This record gives sequence, structure tokens and C-alpha cells, in this order.
Amino acid sequence: MTNTTSNLQKNRPVYRNIHITQIVSYRLPPAGIVSILHRVSGLMMFLLLPFILWMFDKSLTSEISYDVFTNAFVAGIGFVPAWFVKLVALGLIWSYLHHFIAGVRHLWMDATHSVSLKQGHSSAVVTLVLSVLLTLLLGAKLFGLY
Amino acid sequence: MSTFGSKRIVTGAHYGLRDWLAQRITAVLMALFTVVLLVQFLMPGELGYDHWAAIFSSQWMKTLTFVTIISLAYHAWVGMRDIWMDYVKPVGVRLALQVFTLVWLVGCAGWAIQVLWRL
Repeated sequence: MTNTTSNLQKNRPVYRNIHITQIVSYRLPPAGIVSILHRVSGLMMFLLLPFILWMFDKSLTSEISYDVFTNAFVAGIGFVPAWFVKLVALGLIWSYLHHFIAGVRHLWMDATHSVSLKQGHSSAVVTLVLSVLLTLLLGAKLFGLY
Repeated sequence: MSTFGSKRIVTGAHYGLRDWLAQRITAVLMALFTVVLLVQFLMPGELGYDHWAAIFSSQWMKTLTFVTIISLAYHAWVGMRDIWMDYVKPVGVRLALQVFTLVWLVGCAGWAIQVLWRL
């Protein structure tokens, strides 16, 4: 009896912790994508805090430093070209939007207990689409397309 | 909860609910700051240094920004600690990363407060 059970178990697939090398073979539902991107965007903003504070500092301290701030997006700053400053800023814009919308989704779920597979799926899709659309909109402005 | 004597609770740190709640309260405060900042930013007037600096010149906005800075530090600490706890298993590396996170956040908060209050 014991032997039969262990023989059966041997043939079953075993799911343990996902290793980093297996990530691509797992298909995440939209809610899972929102979840991991919530972490990625949070980590990005954490690491870019000095850049955020540099912008906060330069844009507020004086009119002269304000010009340094705006000039970084036009002519670059030091050895960093302007397009790279804009790209990092765009990364921050997406991070903030995604983190914000995914956070509101969390609070909404906590407050209303409206947690079903269907709602989780649709609100995750809304989060992904809305954050990307707003990023494109603000990105176009940032890169001077309108 | 007693932390001493023979009835001392030794299992678990009991900070789960506190941090879960703190992360949500700080999130609401930062969201509020975002809306307030956005509304003031979009007020009519020429976009430039004067408009931007005026937003942060009032005492109530300074206070709200200060609360937001502290909220951000706490919020990011909980989030980053969760990331290290989930993905970094060696205790020594995890501790080093947690110490780095704290130093990073306290340093950044100090810089932000310095900018805010020398205006």
C-alpha cells in the first residue's frame, strides 16, 4: 500500500518554488502581471529616489537651479544626454502611474471586499491598459510630440 | 502584550498587521498629496519657477509634503523589506540589504526635508 502510493507520487509533477530560470515558461494571468509590476515599479522608484530628489531640489531651490533642472531635459546634464534624462523620467512616470493605479486597485479590493476572479481579471486589465496609455500620453508630451 | 516574564510571547514578531495597515494608510496619504499637487499644478497661470515654487510656499503644503516624505519612507521600507524577504534567502545578504534600505531611505528623507524647509 505504502509502496503503491509512493510509486504514484513519483510520476506526479512536483511544483516547488519557481526558479528564476523557469519564469518564462510560466504564463501569468493579468492580475499576476500587475502584481509583479507593482514590485518592479516600487523597486525602480526606490532606486531612483536620488534622481527624484535631485529634480525636487533643483526645481525648487532658486530660479537659477530651476534653469539647471529644465536644461537637463533640453541639453542634458554633465555627461548625461537629454534623451537619457527624459527616458529615466519616462520610466519614473510609468512606475508612478502603475504603482498608483495598482495601489488604488488594492485599496478598492480591501475596502469593498469585491474580490472575484472576474473582477480581479478586469481590474487588472484596466490597471495595465490605463497606466500604459497615460504613460504614452505624458511621454509624448515629454519628448515634445505635441 | 507582555514582553517580559514567564508569559512572554516568543513566537512571531506580530508586526504583520501593523505594517499591512501602515502601508495602506501611508498609501492613502501619498495619493492625497498627489491629487493636491496635481490640482495646484493645473491651476491657471504660466508654468514656470514662480508657479511651481508658490505651490510649496504655503505652510499647509509644507506640512502635507513633510507628512508625505515620512509616509514614503515608511511605505518603501515595508515594500522593500517584503521584496528582500521573498527573494533573498541568505540571512547575511538580506540583513545587509535591509540595512542599506534603511540608510538609503533615511538619507533620502533627510535630503527631501532639507529642500522643503530651506525654501
